[in-house]
Amino acid sequence: MTSSPTDLTAARAVGSGTGDTAEAPAASAAGALPAGAGGTWQALRHDVGAMLGLGYIVLVTLVAIFAPVLTSISGWTPYEFDQTAIDPDLGGMPIGPWGGMGAEHWFGVEPGSGRDIFARIVYGARVSMSIALSATLLTTVLGVSLGLLAGYFGGRVDVVISRVMDFLMAFPALIFMIAVLSALPASNRSALLVVVISAFGWPYLARIVRGQTMSLAQREFVEAARAAGASGTRIVFREILPNLRSTIIVMSTLAVPGYIGTEAGLSFLGVGVVPPAPSWGQMIAASVKWYAVDPAYFVVPGVCLFLLVLSFTVLGDRLRAVVDAQEGR
Amino acid sequence: MPRFLLTRIMSGLMVLLLVCLFTYLVFFALSPDPAVQICGKSCTPELIDQIRGNLGLDQPFWTQFFLFVVGIFAGRTYGDGAGAVDCAAPCLGYSFQSSQAVWDMIVQRLPVSATVAVGAAVLWLLAGLAGGLLSAVKEGSFLDRFTTGLTLTSMSIPNYVLALVLQYVLVVQLQWLPFPQAVAFADDPVQWFLNFVMPWMVLAIGYAAAYTRLTRANVLDVLRENYVRTAAAKGLPQSLVWRRHALRPALTPIVTIFGMDFAGLLGGALITETVFGINGVGKMAADSIARNDQPVIMGVTLLAGFLVVVGNLVVDVVYTAIDPRVRVNA
Amino acid sequence: MMLLEVRDLTVTFPTPRGPLDAVRSLDLDLEPGGALGIVGESGSGKSMTSLAIMGLQPRAARRTGSVRLQGRELVGMSEADLRRVRGDRVAMVFQDPLSSLNPYYTVGLQIEEAYCAHRPGVTRREARKVAIAALERVRIRDAARRVNHYPHQFSGGMRQRVMIAMALSTEPELLIADEPTTALDVTVQAQILDLLQEIRRETGTGLVLITHDLAVVSEITDHIVVMKDGVCVERGAVEQIFTRPRHPYTQALLDAVPRIDDEIGELRAVAPGLAVAPDNGGPV
Repeated sequence: MTSSPTDLTAARAVGSGTGDTAEAPAASAAGALPAGAGGTWQALRHDVGAMLGLGYIVLVTLVAIFAPVLTSISGWTPYEFDQTAIDPDLGGMPIGPWGGMGAEHWFGVEPGSGRDIFARIVYGARVSMSIALSATLLTTVLGVSLGLLAGYFGGRVDVVISRVMDFLMAFPALIFMIAVLSALPASNRSALLVVVISAFGWPYLARIVRGQTMSLAQREFVEAARAAGASGTRIVFREILPNLRSTIIVMSTLAVPGYIGTEAGLSFLGVGVVPPAPSWGQMIAASVKWYAVDPAYFVVPGVCLFLLVLSFTVLGDRLRAVVDAQEGR
Repeated sequence: MPRFLLTRIMSGLMVLLLVCLFTYLVFFALSPDPAVQICGKSCTPELIDQIRGNLGLDQPFWTQFFLFVVGIFAGRTYGDGAGAVDCAAPCLGYSFQSSQAVWDMIVQRLPVSATVAVGAAVLWLLAGLAGGLLSAVKEGSFLDRFTTGLTLTSMSIPNYVLALVLQYVLVVQLQWLPFPQAVAFADDPVQWFLNFVMPWMVLAIGYAAAYTRLTRANVLDVLRENYVRTAAAKGLPQSLVWRRHALRPALTPIVTIFGMDFAGLLGGALITETVFGINGVGKMAADSIARNDQPVIMGVTLLAGFLVVVGNLVVDVVYTAIDPRVRVNA
Repeated sequence: MMLLEVRDLTVTFPTPRGPLDAVRSLDLDLEPGGALGIVGESGSGKSMTSLAIMGLQPRAARRTGSVRLQGRELVGMSEADLRRVRGDRVAMVFQDPLSSLNPYYTVGLQIEEAYCAHRPGVTRREARKVAIAALERVRIRDAARRVNHYPHQFSGGMRQRVMIAMALSTEPELLIADEPTTALDVTVQAQILDLLQEIRRETGTGLVLITHDLAVVSEITDHIVVMKDGVCVERGAVEQIFTRPRHPYTQALLDAVPRIDDEIGELRAVAPGLAVAPDNGGPV
């Protein structure tokens, strides 16, 4: 038996089991072995939950991208009314079981209007994904840059940014979003949704980035770069930012499901995406009146939405577990 | 009063004032003219002018805002002469739709919302703490993994989808629960209670899942603390090590989070109350959004802000009582 | 009869690459009232040894061999019986006194509960008296008032005194001190070591002192066991280890001990001392 693995394993067991500080450096050295993006992917690849989630996310993304192709195959656009698919004598109930599902309308039709649910789901995916991903992107850019600024430069910059963060986090965000969106004109709602969601979302990432930046700024390699005369910008982008990579990826992944839910929720309440543009949340809202007689109408968008949120949640959760293990936390 | 409490109250008031300002600004700048809305169909330009004058809408922004804030604390009078309307403090204005005082509308509906919120909070605390403790005790077992899966699922299901599923399954298909009917508690306590079962579950489930994860993580973290090892080395019985040295440190941070979550519950109640047709503050807000009834939206937003600020304050005070480190340093 | 007799003690952890020994085939002997030093670097298995003696090794680990305390076998003993031994017959002092004391309770309560756990039926007032006496014994001034304070209200050295008071409240036969001075300033280190030495003389408690610092053990203990990678590489009387080390690892450890004739060692010994704050025991 070689001596070093014994050493490290023992140290690790002590380190994690009892928090012995003297042995902590050895523990993190042992934990840091499989670091890097390749290691993360290797660890994730064998996780069934994470891979299923990723699979569904890829599927929805492809569906969103190729929405026009898919609807041309299925034969119905999201805005076409099909009077032959609903029964006017039954108040516009879809004809046939399961909300009118069949060869003609794959996911059935909307009661009352006869619009094709498959087409609306496919186009709804575009809305959900594009809003959630844009909001995540904007949040990440805001959160990372403001967090870096506050953490690296400290002083007055930090005070101002931290105050704003405290304020935004103590703000009744959902109610305010609803109030703002209800007051704003209906044109270009998608962009407004992204802006409003991001405006309240960035402090949660920025707070963590700020904390990590502060501790990284004290570390030897940053000191060394500073001593070597590197500029502040260079240190932030070359030395600190790369070390925050895994944190940012994990936090962003975990933020996506929240934004999908928020967009759907706002659309559900009627202040999100404006009809007739389809959105999953809005479809569910429309199905409330029909849930007792036509359950398929809420099941289809409900399941699509639930699976998308779940996929991002599981993926983010596993990603965090892998990264935490790598960093020996 | 301790100094820190005073600063907290001041900063809380600042937050409220800013919430007020932002909301007011948004409506002032972006919303269609409320006077036109109130006026209705048989409207003349003179009438619109008169309404504007009565509501103070012809004033510049800062004057309007100032009058609004003063109205909250001291009340205000709309219009003048014979047509003047006195609005007693706290005055949040009148609904454009029903002409009722917003404050009265809120007070009327608050008990229902409180019932929904308290019931849900009890439910999620019980479920979250029990689930989290159980999975921490049985770390790595089948039960633990099952709970983890269940929490991820519960966190991912949007509450309006869950509401529809529950209604369809429990009421329509299985008929385990009766259709909700508007009854007073005194008239039919059973029906009253059953009315709230689904709203409680729907509002609680996401929080229950989050609290399960939080409790589990906190307990596992604390069990790795050196002082838990010390307690075991002293020869304390396992049950005492858990009860005294693991649970209290693990559960104390949850008090903070619970306070914030409970205070911020109005947002979640909006959707839950709307789906179940419960006539609380949340549904009132949702309805007024559909009708663009600004004073009501404004009032509910302020109420939400007020609750968050008060929640933070309460948490701060409670924390000084339960964490000795804060108590002494304060 | 030996106070402590450890034979073939092995602590094994399961890992994905197969079982690994944190401690392997370790023998220890300690006479009543004696003092034994276990010396080694981080990860040498010395801390695991101390935990394994008490049966406090992590749940995942397996402990085999024999640990006899006054002739009673501790390996394989029921958890209920082990509990009666821990804290009563054998007490421990850990490295970091701040994290080893629960921040939520007064030091008084934490001493009292150690005492009460092994003296069923004592009243709160009796336990309180014991706690105050224990604090006085470790030279904490104004013990009757300090007993109501929380750990964060003590300085580092004072906290370690509280830990020692807690360990001694039950008058154990054996005290295991795991790096008791590592987290402390140099002058405070010396005070704590003096205190341990004094207490040992007064009470006749046996001492197992675990440290990475040979200089520390040489002051207090009679015998030394040098550990590396979970194995004992050398054992003997202090004098013999210092004058005639047989194992190159021991020699390396000795070289790390500061000497007057060693310029670097001198720097090492002096430099930390510059930052020393007097440990007067006042509230922080």
